[in-house]
Amino acid sequence: MVEVRETELKVIVFQLKDEEYAIPVQQVRSIEKVQHITRVPRTPKFVKGVINLRGVVTPIIDLRERFGIESQSFNEQTRVIIVALGEIEVGLIVDAANDVLDIPVKSIEPPPEVIEAIEADYINGVAKVGKRLLILLNLEKVLDAEKSVLA
Amino acid sequence: MSQYLEIFIDESKEHLQTINEQLLELEKNPEDLSIVNEIFRSAHTLKGMSATMGFEDLANLTHQMENVLDGIRNHKIVVTADLLDVVFSAVDDLEAMVNSIAEGGDGKRDVHEVVQQLKQIEKGEVPSFASETKQEAVNTAPALVQTYGEFEYNILQQSKEQGFYAYEIRVKLRADCLLKAARVFMVFEVLNQAGEVIKSNPPVEQLEEEQFDQEFIVTVVTKEPTEQIYERIMKVSEIEEVVVHAIDVDQFKSAQEAVPKETEVVAAQESEEVAVTVEKTEQKEKETAHKQAAANKTIRVNIERLDILMNLFEELVIDRGRLEQISRELNHPELHETVERMSRISSDLQNIILNMRMVPVETVFNRFPRMVRQLARDLGKKINLEIIGAETELDRTVIDEIGDPLVHLLRNAIDHGIEMPEVRRAKGKPEEGTVKLKAYHSGNHVFIEIEDDGAGINREKVLQKAINKGVISKQNVANLTDKQICELIFASGFSTADKISDISGRGVGLDVVKNTIESLGGSVTIDSEEGSGSIFSIQLPLTLSIISVMLVEIQHEKYAIPLSSIIETAIIKKEDVLHAHHQKVIDFRGKVVPLLFLKDVFEVPAVKEEEDFLSVVIVRKGEKMAGLVVDSFIGQQEVVLKSLGNYLTSVFAISGATILGDGQVALIIDCNALIK
Repeated sequence: MVEVRETELKVIVFQLKDEEYAIPVQQVRSIEKVQHITRVPRTPKFVKGVINLRGVVTPIIDLRERFGIESQSFNEQTRVIIVALGEIEVGLIVDAANDVLDIPVKSIEPPPEVIEAIEADYINGVAKVGKRLLILLNLEKVLDAEKSVLA
Repeated sequence: MSQYLEIFIDESKEHLQTINEQLLELEKNPEDLSIVNEIFRSAHTLKGMSATMGFEDLANLTHQMENVLDGIRNHKIVVTADLLDVVFSAVDDLEAMVNSIAEGGDGKRDVHEVVQQLKQIEKGEVPSFASETKQEAVNTAPALVQTYGEFEYNILQQSKEQGFYAYEIRVKLRADCLLKAARVFMVFEVLNQAGEVIKSNPPVEQLEEEQFDQEFIVTVVTKEPTEQIYERIMKVSEIEEVVVHAIDVDQFKSAQEAVPKETEVVAAQESEEVAVTVEKTEQKEKETAHKQAAANKTIRVNIERLDILMNLFEELVIDRGRLEQISRELNHPELHETVERMSRISSDLQNIILNMRMVPVETVFNRFPRMVRQLARDLGKKINLEIIGAETELDRTVIDEIGDPLVHLLRNAIDHGIEMPEVRRAKGKPEEGTVKLKAYHSGNHVFIEIEDDGAGINREKVLQKAINKGVISKQNVANLTDKQICELIFASGFSTADKISDISGRGVGLDVVKNTIESLGGSVTIDSEEGSGSIFSIQLPLTLSIISVMLVEIQHEKYAIPLSSIIETAIIKKEDVLHAHHQKVIDFRGKVVPLLFLKDVFEVPAVKEEEDFLSVVIVRKGEKMAGLVVDSFIGQQEVVLKSLGNYLTSVFAISGATILGDGQVALIIDCNALIK
């Protein structure tokens, strides 16, 4: 779960199809434009390959594929969000990175029973900020599930 | 404090290593006092350092050890294998303490027992062991406690022939005994009436000066029976306990034989090689002088800094590749010249940095003599370990990994290879088996060989076992060469020992050895002749971080194949591809080599038209070969090996990645995984 001690949570907001998602800023290393991706054979389909991130070979996951949303070709808006979780560092391909927001912890609600297209497993909660609805991503689950796939 | 702590730990480890080495040396030449002095110096420094740093237990134990060494130095204590066992165990304790400190512990340890034993040795007593079994061992083999020279042994023998009995008498005085020297005198008086005192421990002079605790041992020859001797001594007052033990000279001979024989063998060898030995010592002296001179000019650098330097340099190598590419594209002569110059300089720099990370294999080898000694004692075998080329250097990353495989192979050689002394004698071999550990450079590789003059590999037994264990099917047996049969012992779940011993034989060792070495980019082979021994030969790359590769293109994707696995490249006409058992093969220099289409293996999206010629990279894994079919060869290049990170672990047939001159990532193909 996200830390509840502080009253506000700083998040990076990104777009995937019609939905807006959020990742706590502590888990984000940087946001990059799409560059040449080297395909890695015999890995799950959502693993797009690896990139050269300033000398570090970094794996890239296509979040659309990961969540089973139909894929679209990359455009000017497409971004790679480099996230770090413990020893693991990966890039997530998203449609666009929109915003950095402080959301009040109080506004976060547990994930609703049914969420369109995405398994509730990957979600920590939903936050309402003004008219926007932000889906808080559970990074552990997003990254962990594939590890078992690979193993 | 912490900065001193690091130095303290490093230096302590060095001193302990010196002590270990010199103790082994001392065991071979118990008379050589210069060795004792060497140990004493190291122990003394260690004591001083640990006292300064406030590690009391460490200082105390070292102090106790120092006392014993001092005794040896002053001829008060005789060096025996048992004594060395105690000192070795003390060193083990010291090592454990230093390690505990290094891991952030307080370096405390219960060393009561060892300290007690050391104290007893110091006082010239038989160390009393806490455990019952060891006590028995001491009782049944008193010869090891009271040591006898050739002269005393002759007396014992002659006395026996003349009908005398030999007794070893242990006399313990009462704790409150006031005039110990007087009591000793009275005991000697009594014994001299009954027979003749041959030897005492501690020596008579020390007994007279009361330089002993409460106990002493006297060896006498007499015609009187045990009981009478016992009663006579008990008549002396203030004596607490007397133990009279009859010495069977013959039995004593066999028990004793081990020690002098060993020295004899050594002596014989020495006399044969006098000239060589002299030369060697001279050389050694030169080496030490050389080492000392070199030592003055070195500084300690934290390994982390070297790693950082290496990483930075790797970045440079990537940019170098990029520059080379740009200059080729622009074809500007001055740029070309500058880039070429820079490339040369950076190659030199690369050599220097790689050399800086090189560590002599000595750091791994130097723990083996102790291990071999212990194993030999445990197994009741006689083994001489020869280490050759300990100064050979290897990259630190390889050094860190190579220790365990070598331990496995050495244990294997000692446990399975070298026979028991009786067996060896029966076969007409010297009782003492020889295990040679040899390291040397050759080309871009380092070779480490473990050679024993033991039983060798019994091919029949190996085959039988392999069939029983399902490692190989009966049909395939006929096609195997001798070498291939030997290599079966590397298969997992294989063990040829008739009974499982503590040391090896659970069949988990050798396949792990093979895997570890292959994961380092090396290989291991066996050469064995039944009856006369085996050689295990390990080939390792000099470094792991920068490797030479062949870049190839498969459709639009670039892959790198390590040069170390490539035999050669070839372009083959499509018509020359043959079919055998649903497998495409080619006839390559008279050998049938299966083809692997990397396009299919790596599921590369097809974009290009098929051509009439196949570009094939012939790679090998040990004896096996395969032809990897690619679309085109790009060329040979030095690249920096990078890991795929912690997320993508265990990707099939990919051992890592590298960054090319244009900044793109190319995957490195793991040929070992492709060849089954």
